[in-house]
Amino acid sequence: MAGIGNQAGLPSVLTDEQLASAQLLPRKQPWTWVAAVAVVLVLANALYSILTNRGFGWPVVGEYFFAPQVMAGLFTTLMLTAISMTLALLLGIIVAVAAASRNPVLSSVAKGYIWIFRAIPLLVQIIFWYNLAALYPKLGFGIPFLPPVVEFDTNSVITAISAAIIAMSLNEGAYMAEIVRSGLNSVDSGQREAARALGMSSWDSFRRIVMPQAMRVIIPPTGNETLSMLKYTSLVSVIALPDLLYSTQLISSRNFEVIPMLLVASLWYLLVSTILMVIQSGIERHYAKSVVRP
Amino acid sequence: MNPIRARGIRKSFGALEVLKGVDLDLAKGEVLCILGPSGSGKSTLLRCINHLERPDGGMVELNGVPVGYRLSGTTFRELPEREIQKQRAAMGMVFQRFNLFPHLTARQNIMEAPRRVLGLSATEASQRAERLMKQVGLAEKVDTYPGALSGGQQQRVAIARALAMEPSVMLFDEPTSALDPELVGEVLDVMRSLADSHAMSMIVVTHEIGFARSVADRVMFMDGGVVVEQGKPQAVLANPEHERTRAFLRRILE
Repeated sequence: MAGIGNQAGLPSVLTDEQLASAQLLPRKQPWTWVAAVAVVLVLANALYSILTNRGFGWPVVGEYFFAPQVMAGLFTTLMLTAISMTLALLLGIIVAVAAASRNPVLSSVAKGYIWIFRAIPLLVQIIFWYNLAALYPKLGFGIPFLPPVVEFDTNSVITAISAAIIAMSLNEGAYMAEIVRSGLNSVDSGQREAARALGMSSWDSFRRIVMPQAMRVIIPPTGNETLSMLKYTSLVSVIALPDLLYSTQLISSRNFEVIPMLLVASLWYLLVSTILMVIQSGIERHYAKSVVRP
Repeated sequence: MNPIRARGIRKSFGALEVLKGVDLDLAKGEVLCILGPSGSGKSTLLRCINHLERPDGGMVELNGVPVGYRLSGTTFRELPEREIQKQRAAMGMVFQRFNLFPHLTARQNIMEAPRRVLGLSATEASQRAERLMKQVGLAEKVDTYPGALSGGQQQRVAIARALAMEPSVMLFDEPTSALDPELVGEVLDVMRSLADSHAMSMIVVTHEIGFARSVADRVMFMDGGVVVEQGKPQAVLANPEHERTRAFLRRILE
């Protein structure tokens, strides 16, 4: 009977009837409203200034938003992101599996690759691949230490686009390998064991049992990496490849509308990022469907 | 011919010798229960039989054929992984921790290996899954994900999954040790009905003395990586010859 509010242990003044039929009201929260109003005011003020400050140059933004040069740049950015990310994912899976291999040569090479390509800045890697001809004027395929079977002129193979794709795939592949590795480690060893005990091949076990479960861990950071990649593609301006940002800068070097052209690029990045985020949450839902929340 | 014949199985992990030369025979339709304190090598023996672990010494025969090796001249050469997979598929295994595939429904769990390994069509595999789910008393749960099943139900699906490969031997590795006490009975019932059909040869590593007494044709007691004694359950469980067996039974029946 004795509680905090009734320390003397006096008998309650409320009847059973009153307790059972009590009318319950939520707690009053005046500060929630004060905070909301304050935030809305600040935002409204910012929006007003964005719309009325002539420096933003919204008419110019509108004029160039769908300009052919911007569209071409957007296409380059999307293509670089899509190709590099796909190659990086494949590379990441191969390297992660190799790193976990029982073959010591294979696993050392995989770990060495991850070490080097994560350590050197992407910008350096892009410039390096672009200038590969300085190191090897000719590229060829064949058996090591024997004369090559086929041979190419390096400068005909390494264009700005291919240098950018090689650099970004190799760099991103090292990060993806670490992400895939953590995903594979997240799958209980009993899963592989059960698949083996059923007579499944290691390829079937990897493809049908381990990888689908690893995907739940792999997808969120891969979404992050894709968003980063989308924006890191702007580094290719260093080898004069006209991506989205570089295209808008080329325009502003002619018309001197620096801020409006940056806005054009930013709004496109914002739009594409938003679409990618929606796609990511769709994929996450797909792989979470077996998770039961009772 | 005995489905399983194992001779002189030895296995070490680092400096620890877990199996010190174990012989085991399993007759057709026989139910063998292996008892023993934890760390006695029971589970490792089971995993050596289906070559999940490669024995350091000794040899297992499945239906008269060496498991994992081919006799060439006077020596045994290890088989390619693909060949061992075929042999493993003929031995169903049920794990302590069920190891169901959580991203697949019960039906998909059961269908996976028959489709990939035996090459069954989707329709055949699906029908087999439904028949086996009925056999383990879970017909209405066939399209449920493991996460929505109780531990006992999950283990029954795992038994159905192993049976779907139509193995000639079933290996049970402490199938009820991870279960809440009130769920043990339903799993043992499924195993009992499997034993009663006399169609399946079974090796059961277990701590369930009651199950061993009523279902096993033979009980084998292991300790310290060797077989201490074996025989009819009435004999071994009621009148054990060795002090180690007596001590173990006293502890477990307390």
